[in-house]
Amino acid sequence: MIWNDEFETLPREALEALQLKRLKNTCERVYANVPFYRQAFDNAGVRPSDIRSLADLQRLPFTGKQDLRDNYPYGMFCTPMENIVRIHASSGTTGKPTVVGYTRRDIDMWAELMARCFSAAGVTRGDIVHNAYGYGLFTGGLGAHYGAEKVGASVIPMSGGNSKKQIMVMQDFRSTVLTATPSYALHLAEVAEEEGVPMRDLALRVGIFGAEPWSNGMRKELEEKLCLDAIDIYGLSEIIGPGVSVECIEAKHGMHIMEDHFIPEIINPDTGEIMPLGEWGELVFTTVTKEAFPLIRYRTRDITRLIPEPCRCGRTFYRMEKISGRSDDMLIIRGVNVFPSQIESLLVSVEGIEPHYQLVISREGSMDTLEVQVEVNHRSFSDEVRHLQSLSRRIQKDIKDLYGITAKVSLVEPKTITRSQGKAVRVIDKRKEQS
Amino acid sequence: MRVEQISVFIENQAGRLAEVTQCLADGNISIRALSLADTQDFGILRLIVDDVNHAKVVLGDNNFTVGITEVLAVEVPDRPGGLAAILKIIDSGALNVEYMYAFVDKNRDNNAIIIFRFEDIEAAALCLQQHNVRIVPGAELYAL
Repeated sequence: MIWNDEFETLPREALEALQLKRLKNTCERVYANVPFYRQAFDNAGVRPSDIRSLADLQRLPFTGKQDLRDNYPYGMFCTPMENIVRIHASSGTTGKPTVVGYTRRDIDMWAELMARCFSAAGVTRGDIVHNAYGYGLFTGGLGAHYGAEKVGASVIPMSGGNSKKQIMVMQDFRSTVLTATPSYALHLAEVAEEEGVPMRDLALRVGIFGAEPWSNGMRKELEEKLCLDAIDIYGLSEIIGPGVSVECIEAKHGMHIMEDHFIPEIINPDTGEIMPLGEWGELVFTTVTKEAFPLIRYRTRDITRLIPEPCRCGRTFYRMEKISGRSDDMLIIRGVNVFPSQIESLLVSVEGIEPHYQLVISREGSMDTLEVQVEVNHRSFSDEVRHLQSLSRRIQKDIKDLYGITAKVSLVEPKTITRSQGKAVRVIDKRKEQS
Repeated sequence: MRVEQISVFIENQAGRLAEVTQCLADGNISIRALSLADTQDFGILRLIVDDVNHAKVVLGDNNFTVGITEVLAVEVPDRPGGLAAILKIIDSGALNVEYMYAFVDKNRDNNAIIIFRFEDIEAAALCLQQHNVRIVPGAELYAL
């Protein structure tokens, strides 16, 4: 189901003409209104009038997370505060939060994008959307809320937490759509099991899961445990929030990027060079319609690739592959590049293992050590030592096959790895404090 | 005939075993027999209790991973060669013992009771009965 046929199925040529027009306009606006960009453009020796084709995008400077921190809180805003109707912020786990602002038009545009996402997932006005993304500074809750309302669905603004009540509401209100982070969705399935509520007896049919990367192995877990179709949605507060791209339920492969609003590029994270179409690299976005907080070539640090081939759903937007890792989260263990998401795929393929895990990296002498902690569950538990030992040996062997690293695999008790209501902490790297 | 045994996964962590037993105490559950299999990283505690279903609920509520396994309890006469005779029968029946543990019951002339976990519990029960070995029913053990 396509929400906005006019834009979502634009022929490539018309789409690129639209992008160019909007890009020029954005460049003029940031140059005139954001001192940071005026300086950055000047340093790069480029003026807004130099942008004559989409290829000229390459001449523009990158924007990084640090630039947003340096201009905390409002330095990157492109419009006076009187036009700002909403302020959100990223979690700020690694320092000051990143503050983003929206004009009235930005909020409307965001709702339009989220309505496209819900439609792509097959959600209609007849649905009851159980929104378990957190409400607050985090963009997930309100982003999904406005989009679901725009589609005309009935929205239950649950927010995160209070899991037993969430189960009761899903059961009694007959929620048909669940929006949540994938780790919280699995947590809800666990709670339902504890409460003796079979997920298959609920009315859920679609789950829209985002805010943290998840693998196709995790899709299988989510779909089996929650008895629904799991759809991946992508976004980041700097660009708009959720709704930057989404999978369609027809293909469930690759997230269609809302290219009439955001121009994607894939670069080599080390050199900044543009990668050929279809190659893997770091995703970079330029927003071309945002009023309050436009960004030029923002480096997301997410590793993915673009899929230019047409999709059977009919949308002409390029798709992006599931995020395989982050250029800044990539772990280098004994010289090997390790992405936590790859270990996650490996764990979910081992029968009976919960995808609740944690990687602990430390250094013994000059040697990096990787410990993979995996929660044992009722399915994988056996009263015989040899079965549990063969389980941990199997995981160890799979990791060895993948990376050539011998990891220590620790089976731990259920619920001992910390769950957060939002994003799961998958990696504890002790090497920094040790050095 | 069969005995239901409860097993608990225990991480190698100080105080964890104490927590299991405290949970059972709080649930007013009596332990009849137990054995702990330990490895470097984790342990498996196997228990015969007076109320296995209640024990499962109590431990589950406290986030322990628990499993229920069927085992055989065999009464072994208190004399030299008592156990050897039984193991010989088991051996002759080509029965695979996964693990075993024993305790002594003062109320039955100090005879020992041995808990056996067999790969094939049906075949094991049949073989032992054919050789007139006494298998202690679950109800009798729970009520000890």
